[in-house]
Amino acid sequence: MTNLLDILIYISLSILLLAMLMMLYRVVKGPTTADRVIALDSIGIALISVVALLSILLDTTLYFEVILLLSILAFIGTVAFSKFLERGEIIQHDRDNDL
Amino acid sequence: MKQNSKRVNDVILQTASIIIFFIIVIFSINLFFAGHYSPGGGFIGGLMTSAALVLLLLAFDSNTLSKVLPIDYRLMTATGLLIALATGLHSLFFDRPFLTHAYGKFDLPLLGEQTLHTAIAFDLGVYLVVIGVTMTIIQTIGESE
Repeated sequence: MTNLLDILIYISLSILLLAMLMMLYRVVKGPTTADRVIALDSIGIALISVVALLSILLDTTLYFEVILLLSILAFIGTVAFSKFLERGEIIQHDRDNDL
Repeated sequence: MKQNSKRVNDVILQTASIIIFFIIVIFSINLFFAGHYSPGGGFIGGLMTSAALVLLLLAFDSNTLSKVLPIDYRLMTATGLLIALATGLHSLFFDRPFLTHAYGKFDLPLLGEQTLHTAIAFDLGVYLVVIGVTMTIIQTIGESE
């Protein structure tokens, strides 16, 4: 059974797949590390949309926790990578007196 | 406070992470209590709480976190294991097999009549163990010079 909503969801999923493939190209090719970090963050955000579309397609609300979880983990991962790029160490012992 | 030209001022990260910390903690508590009827439970709730603590470790430093939250995480792990073991052992006093769970209706002062199940106490043990083990691993790795 395919109605209009299912067709639209499949079209959106294929567009998201295309976008994620382009971001993956940037991860592989990216000249600097910052490019790769930004591309991985965008892949995480696109993955959130994929989960949301899949939960519409499968007609379930059980995936909503996954969406919030993925957004939190993508944020924390990006912050950790940015801090590593800027400071060289992720968890400082005493930021006022070290460094 | 000595002047150092290499010091970086990240006020945006610190201000944002203080707000986001409470959102993540509330989400993890929701995951912990939702575990009986919907996806969630002690394991993922504990992981999200330790993710919130890791966000504070990223925005500030380990000295500040241990000053704000003076928690011995190894003691936390032991407490969680003790709670889980006590939940398993309590059924032996009522002449039932090990880890038999019980439930009952209680009239709580603010919440009205609620059905409480001893599985939530076992889940609380799992929650404490997951937070304790994760934070012990991260602090041990982070503080090695």
